[in-house]
Amino acid sequence: MAKKRIVSTTINGRQVELLCEPRQTLLEVLRDTLDLTGTKEGCSNGNCGACTVLMNGRPVVSCLVLAVEAEGATLETIEGVAPVDGLDPVQQAFLENAALQCGICTPGFIMSTKALLNENPDPTEHDVRFYLSGNLCRCTGYDKIVRAVLDSAQKRKKAVAAK
Amino acid sequence: MRDFEYEAPASIAEAVQVLGRHNGAARPLAGGTDLIDQIRVGRHQPGVVVDIKKIPELNVLELSAAGLRLGAAVPCYKVYGDPKISAAYAALADSAQIIGGIQIQSRASIGGNLCNSGPAADSTPSLIALEAIAVIAGPAGKREVAVENFCTGPGKNVLQPGEFLVELKFPARPPHSGSHYRRFIPRNEMDIAVVGVGASVVLDEKGEKFVSARIGLGAVGPIPYFVQEAGQRLAGQPVSEATIEKAAQAARDMARPIDDMRGTKEFRLHVTGVLTRRVIEEAVKRARQ
Ligand SMILES: Cc1cc2nc3c(=O)[nH]c(=O)nc-3n(C[C@H](O)[C@H](O)[C@H](O)COP(=O)(O)OP(=O)(O)OC[C@H]3O[C@@H](n4cnc5c(N)ncnc54)[C@H](O)[C@@H]3O)c2cc1C
Ligand code: FES
Ligand code: FES
Repeated sequence: MAKKRIVSTTINGRQVELLCEPRQTLLEVLRDTLDLTGTKEGCSNGNCGACTVLMNGRPVVSCLVLAVEAEGATLETIEGVAPVDGLDPVQQAFLENAALQCGICTPGFIMSTKALLNENPDPTEHDVRFYLSGNLCRCTGYDKIVRAVLDSAQKRKKAVAAK
Repeated sequence: MRDFEYEAPASIAEAVQVLGRHNGAARPLAGGTDLIDQIRVGRHQPGVVVDIKKIPELNVLELSAAGLRLGAAVPCYKVYGDPKISAAYAALADSAQIIGGIQIQSRASIGGNLCNSGPAADSTPSLIALEAIAVIAGPAGKREVAVENFCTGPGKNVLQPGEFLVELKFPARPPHSGSHYRRFIPRNEMDIAVVGVGASVVLDEKGEKFVSARIGLGAVGPIPYFVQEAGQRLAGQPVSEATIEKAAQAARDMARPIDDMRGTKEFRLHVTGVLTRRVIEEAVKRARQ
C-alpha cells in the first residue's frame, strides 16, 4: 500500500495537518478523517455538486480532488460559513425563502453561492442559474433556490452597507 | 478507490524522469475531472499518479504578438476569465465556458480535455479551428504535433509512454478574423455534445470575402475531425448563404456518426450541417466586429 502523506492546509481559517493516503479524495478526508460531515456526498463523480467546497477561493467538487492536492491550500467548507453569533446572509436567505427540503444539496449550494457572490455581488437570475448549473437538487425544483440566492445578494449588500 | 502512489514533480525534466521510471504505469494528473473518476471506476489503473500542475511551464497563459501559449494544466476559468484572450481566441473561450459547471471549470484544463481524447471533447474542435500545436515532452526531448493529428481513437492519442503535453501554442490572429464553438445538447448546461462545431474564419478588409477558414467537428466520429474541405470551399469566396452551405455540406460528408442514446445517425448528420452553418455565421459576425 502507498505510504500515508502528511498534508498541511488551512481549513476555515485554522491550520490543519492531516494524514491521508494518495488515493483518498478530499471529500473522504473531510468527512471521515476530520469529521467535517457538513460537506455531503451525492454522486462521487463530479456531477451533483453536493460536495462543493472552496479551494483557494474557487468552488471545486471535493470528490474530484485528491486530499494530497490540498497541500498548502486554503479550504472553506460549510462549517466555516456561519459567524459565531448567528447565520451568514446566504444561510438566512435559504431559510427565509424555504430553499431546501431534504437538505442534502444545501451545503453545496451555499458554497457555490458564496463563490458566485464573491465574484459577482449583483447577479441576474440568468447569472445565478448559469453559475449554479453544477449543483443538483432533487426536491425544490430550483426556483426557491434561485430566489434565495438573489435575496442573499440583497442581504449581503445591506450587511456590507451597515458595516 | 484503488491504491496508487502520488508524485508532484516541479520541472519538466523531473516529470519526464518520473513518468519514464514507471514505464507506462504512471499517469499525469491535471485537474483530475476525468482521471479521478476513471480511476475510481477502474477504467485506468495507474500505479503512480503524477501531478503536473506544479510545473511552471504547464501554468503559462501568455498572449503576445507571436500568438497564445496555453500551459497544459491551466484551468478553464482562467482562459475565459481573460478578456483579451476571450476576444482574440473566442472559440477557445466558448469551449472553456461550457466544459462542465463552475466547479469543474475551476480545475479542468484544456490540456486534459485534449489528452483524455474523448470524441465529444468540447475543446478539441476549437483547438483545430484555431490551428493549435501540441508541444510534447518526453524521454527523447520535445516534439510538436498539429492538434488535428493528436487523437487517434476514442481515448487514444499520439502520446507515447513517458510523454506528456506541455502546452498548446496558437498562431497570432490575423486582422478581420473571428471564431466560435457551439455544441448541440438537449439541456442548457452540463451535458455531453451530440454534435460540436468549432470554426475560425479570416475575411478580407471589407468583410465580404473569406480569405481562409478552418472547421473542427466533434462527437460525429471516433476522433474529432478537421474538415479541410470546408475551408477550401470557403477560401476566396464571397460571404454568402450559398458558400456557407457548401462548407456545411463538406462537414456533413466527413461526419461518421453513430446511433446512441444522445441521437441517431441521421439526426447527427442533420445537426452537423445546421450547426456548421450557424457557427460559421457567428464567426463571420465576430470577424466583422
Ligand atoms: C460533471 C462533469 C462535467 C463535464 N462536462 C464536460 C463537458 O461539458 N465537455 C467536455 O468536453 N468535458 C466535460 N467533462 C470532462 C472533463 O472535465 C474534461 O475533459 C476536462 O477538460 C479534463 O481536464 P482535467 O484537467 O480535469 O484532466 P485530468 O482528469 O487531469 O486528465 C484527463 C486525462 O488526460 C491525461 N492528461 C492530463 N493532462 C495531461 C498532460 N499534460 N499530458 C498528458 N496526459 C495528460 C490524464 O492522465 C487523463 O487520462 C466533464 C466532467 C465532469 C466530471
Ligand atoms: S459528490 Fe461530488 S459532485 Fe456529487
Ligand atoms: S433539498 Fe433535497 S436535494 Fe435539494
